[in-house]
Amino acid sequence: MVLAAIVWLTTPVAAAAEIHVGVATNFADTARTVAAAWTRSTGHRVVFSIGSTGQLFAQIRQGAPLDVFLSADEASARRAEDEGLAVPGSRFTYAIGRLVVFSVERGRVRDAETLRSGQFERLALASPSAAPYGAAAMDVIRRLGLEERLRRKIVFGQSIAQTYQFVRTGNADLGFVALSQVVGHAEGSRWLVPENLHSAIRQDAVLLRRADNDTAARDFLVFLRGPEGRRIVETFGYGRDP
Amino acid sequence: MSDSGEIWTAIRLTLGLAFISTIVLLSIATPIAWWLARSSRSWKEIVAAVVAMPLVLPPTVLGFYLLIFLGPDGPGGAFAGLWGARSVAFTFEALIFGSVVYSLPFVVQPLRNAFVAVGSRAMEAAATLRASPRDAFWSVAVPLARPGFLTGAIFGFAHTVGEFGVVLMIGGSIPGETKVLSIAIYDYVETLRWTEAHILSAGMVVFAFIVVLAMLLIEKRLGRVLR
Repeated sequence: MVLAAIVWLTTPVAAAAEIHVGVATNFADTARTVAAAWTRSTGHRVVFSIGSTGQLFAQIRQGAPLDVFLSADEASARRAEDEGLAVPGSRFTYAIGRLVVFSVERGRVRDAETLRSGQFERLALASPSAAPYGAAAMDVIRRLGLEERLRRKIVFGQSIAQTYQFVRTGNADLGFVALSQVVGHAEGSRWLVPENLHSAIRQDAVLLRRADNDTAARDFLVFLRGPEGRRIVETFGYGRDP
Repeated sequence: MSDSGEIWTAIRLTLGLAFISTIVLLSIATPIAWWLARSSRSWKEIVAAVVAMPLVLPPTVLGFYLLIFLGPDGPGGAFAGLWGARSVAFTFEALIFGSVVYSLPFVVQPLRNAFVAVGSRAMEAAATLRASPRDAFWSVAVPLARPGFLTGAIFGFAHTVGEFGVVLMIGGSIPGETKVLSIAIYDYVETLRWTEAHILSAGMVVFAFIVVLAMLLIEKRLGRVLR
């Protein structure tokens, strides 16, 4: 306590910087926890803009004042790099999403058989064109050869967050959601989809152009990439590159 | 499906939704507006406030409640149980329901104003000529309130076309069933298909301009006729 006070008192106020991070909605809670840990160790603060990856990308392209972009996919981060919006070479995978088939009803979801049986009314997925989790869910359905059979049962959420709402409220009895959305509780029933059934849901980060010389923003990315960042990211139900 | 096919499906769906919603809106809003205009009950403004609430509430609030209302834990789920389903969300009918709730104040308000403008004197005159209240309503009040019906219909239609938040939350983005124009535009922007987004958005701008201009012209002309 005393030590903390001394550290706090001796930390020069002028050195406390503020960085602006655009984060994809699915990672917002995790990012806040990472930022809190980073603030504890550096005194710098993070201001978050939360949105879908497409929205954030469109805003960055139009000159939004952001230092770091935590995309929900690989493609948008790469595109930011290719279009000169991000610092070349700054891109890395900060999280790998895991897909879960989830239902609020107990005993409802067991494994791939649950999908094959077709014993459900509505299957919610995120829009495959707009959300990486949706594209991965389509991969699973295709790989199980169920595309034709399930076509009429599928409803689309615009984002993985909305897809979870559909399932959570019971309007859809089953849905492909992110592990990070259900990792905090044991309600309902779930099947953690094996990663070999879909292309990897890589979520990439980039340092944006205007923060090229911003040491705080660079430090935040180092922290996210480092052991403590990894620990938090994994606690929240995401994977990491070894 | 090709892009133009996709766009046309969304346009057809949106116009169909707006057309049906407008008919439902007019048939629900007319008795409400009539009662609000004529009743002398002290609590009628409470009813008026409930009807007008969607003007203030964010569409996400309405959409969120509707999602629960339509689902297995709400009346919608019980209703869907009649044919063995669990929810009425994600259907065209659900969108009509949502649109009607959301656009109701836009139709009730002009109708109420129009009925107030008809005044009680015209109705009393009709009564002294031994017209039944029903007769008087159809042959006196409705023709006199024509501008209100026109304004209400245009607003109801246009507002349904422009609806986004509620549809986003209860629609499920099913092509040909619930994927309306505003959702399609959102989708195109999200997926960086800005050419398609531009085409549809420009179309909406033109549509909005025509609607507003038509309103202004109608009001001007009717104002002249009535004066």
